[in-house]
Amino acid sequence: MSAITARRTSSAAASRGGGVLPWLALPALVAFAVFALIPLIGVLLLSFTSWDTLGEIQLTGLESWRQVLTDPGLPHALWVTFLIMLLSWGFQTPASILIGVFLAGHQRYRELLAVLYFIPLLLSSAAIAITFKALLDPNFGLGAGLGIDFLTQDWLGEPGLAFGVVIFVVSWQFIPFHSLLYQGGVRQIPRSLYEAAELDGAGRVRMFFSITLPQLKYTIITSSTLMLVGSLTFFDLIFVLTEGGPGDATRALALDMYKRGFQANLMGAACVIGVILVLVGLALALLLRRIGGRDPYASQLEGV
Amino acid sequence: MGLPLGAALAACGTSGPAPSGGGASGGAAGGDGGGGGKATYWFLQGPPGEAPRTAAVERFNKANPNGQIAITTIQNDAYKTKIKTAIGANQAPTIIWGWGGGGLRSYVQAGQVEDLTSWFGENAAVKDRLFPGAFGAATIDGKIYAMPCETVQPIVLFYNKKVFEKVGVQPPQSYGDILDLVKKFNDAGVAPFSLAGQSRWTNMMWLEFLFDRIGGPEVFQAVFDGEKDAWSNPASIEALTKMQELIKANGFIKGFSSVTADSNADQALLYTGKAAMMLHGSWSYGIQQEQGGDIVSSGGLGWMNFPGVDGGKGDPSNTVGNPGQYLSISSKATPEEKEIAKKFFATGVLDDEEQKEWVSTGGVPIVKGSDSLFAGSKDAEFLNFIYGVSSNAKVFAQSWDQALSPTAAEVLLDNIAKLFQLSISPQQFATNMNAVIGK
Repeated sequence: MSAITARRTSSAAASRGGGVLPWLALPALVAFAVFALIPLIGVLLLSFTSWDTLGEIQLTGLESWRQVLTDPGLPHALWVTFLIMLLSWGFQTPASILIGVFLAGHQRYRELLAVLYFIPLLLSSAAIAITFKALLDPNFGLGAGLGIDFLTQDWLGEPGLAFGVVIFVVSWQFIPFHSLLYQGGVRQIPRSLYEAAELDGAGRVRMFFSITLPQLKYTIITSSTLMLVGSLTFFDLIFVLTEGGPGDATRALALDMYKRGFQANLMGAACVIGVILVLVGLALALLLRRIGGRDPYASQLEGV
Repeated sequence: MGLPLGAALAACGTSGPAPSGGGASGGAAGGDGGGGGKATYWFLQGPPGEAPRTAAVERFNKANPNGQIAITTIQNDAYKTKIKTAIGANQAPTIIWGWGGGGLRSYVQAGQVEDLTSWFGENAAVKDRLFPGAFGAATIDGKIYAMPCETVQPIVLFYNKKVFEKVGVQPPQSYGDILDLVKKFNDAGVAPFSLAGQSRWTNMMWLEFLFDRIGGPEVFQAVFDGEKDAWSNPASIEALTKMQELIKANGFIKGFSSVTADSNADQALLYTGKAAMMLHGSWSYGIQQEQGGDIVSSGGLGWMNFPGVDGGKGDPSNTVGNPGQYLSISSKATPEEKEIAKKFFATGVLDDEEQKEWVSTGGVPIVKGSDSLFAGSKDAEFLNFIYGVSSNAKVFAQSWDQALSPTAAEVLLDNIAKLFQLSISPQQFATNMNAVIGK
């Protein structure tokens, strides 16, 4: 009965041209509007005001913009954000590809390892940050506890080291996720390509560079987009780990936004940074699509 | 949050004379017998304060079955953000716990807290039994907006006597002695001072004392009064320079800028003997007692007021810190809730039981003559010291970050972190800070 009505409505809808399909997008569209578009408009409007979160919202035009754009803290925060983005991408991508390719094999021990590698992804950023902070404590941490001098550094107190720790912990948390993407990508590559290469006498390294990597192109683009745009909004991990310190060595844009908005009570200025974050994120996503070629979803398997 | 409250009020309306849908059934209901609303109260978590605060509310709730107070406890740094957000969103608790000063001023300017001046006028007894000095930070433009409560908390120089004995040195009498001690402790492989540098306000306590001892309380007062370029005062530059000299001389524990106060890691450094001294709020005594094993009970913990700087203008009896804690009433609370809060202020806050409990945590309640409770206490020596420092201080200054507006305080803490990181010079610090004077 229901099957019949379903068939009837679908055929009726199809005959009308539009059909039921556009309606299926509605829930996502509503959610996007309520949770993304409306807040975004709110942020844009607030960026033209001065508000201390307590009193009246005062319209002050470009005052907040002037205040933020002339602050030497802004280029610094942009630079820190950019460095975090670049270094964490540069560290995560090769590591994720290698682990992903390794885990794509169907051997029992690799499947076991895949489960183990996946664990960091299940932990919350805050928990990870608190744990690493405790482990790296120069006085009560791992180094001091085990008496290993190399580990007894002022990990979170030296600007350079603290930056490195942030990159490391971020990577530690997200490499499993990207490995998973690459594992899936590698398993999609037809066996026949490798078999043909083997017949032609290609070695493992040659096959990796000539077949696996080119075939992973779109996985790399997807994973890189997620990494780069995602790293714009790193907040919880850095906040718990270093609070942007020492000094302002790890104060990325998202952190700067929080500090201005909720600690210095300058909501207008914080919203300006929010708008900047959105713009940078959009530009980045567009750029990556460009790099990915005209039609990123075209098949690479023609003739296979 | 508004929903369950409205439901509770609607529910109790059935027993009242005129059931009304909303919560606006008038202020009279909050007195004895009627009412039944539930005031809310948020305060800081953790030792030493959580237990006495909770117990005071529990006693009040027991005595007033019709006017209950519900409590929520929040960690120090998280509280500062959460309370601001809640107040801004008109979701504030009925009773707002705070530090008075600049933070209270911002609530007052936004019209978010009740003016208690006339209430204190009608209830003079409530006011007169407290330290008069505690009302300064509760008073904004001549009106009282908060009830001082809890304890007076000057900043104290704590030291580990066992470490001093081991190294064979005496507690410092002057800032010069401190510099000598830094060298001796470093030679002995002990960090001279513990410091939770990531928390930033901990660093600030050092500057507060150096500014006072070198230039007197007038130097920061000029900043507070909004005088132009007040941070460029020669005494201010000298204090900032001395600060960086101490850091360069390895005065603080290695890695101090990644140590946080919320985890009490700085306290642990002192009681484990990894550091010899620590400048910290008087509440540290309670923490050492609770977490520091036998350091307090065995007499291993020493304390003193910050010594004078040779040639400095400040009186070495001066101190700085929290003259009290403060309870305000949200102006957005219902009349019933406000009544409950006022009743709590008059009968619950700092009752004899609570005073005794504060004394037992090593705190000095801001009640006149509370030193009579010290007799027989195992902490009498420390309590008398705090009572003496607080009542003998020529000037008891409020902590800078509490005295300034939240905006200026954030810039201050930020620049202090950079100063301690040696990434800016004293002159740059002064320039950066001059830019936010009066904001």
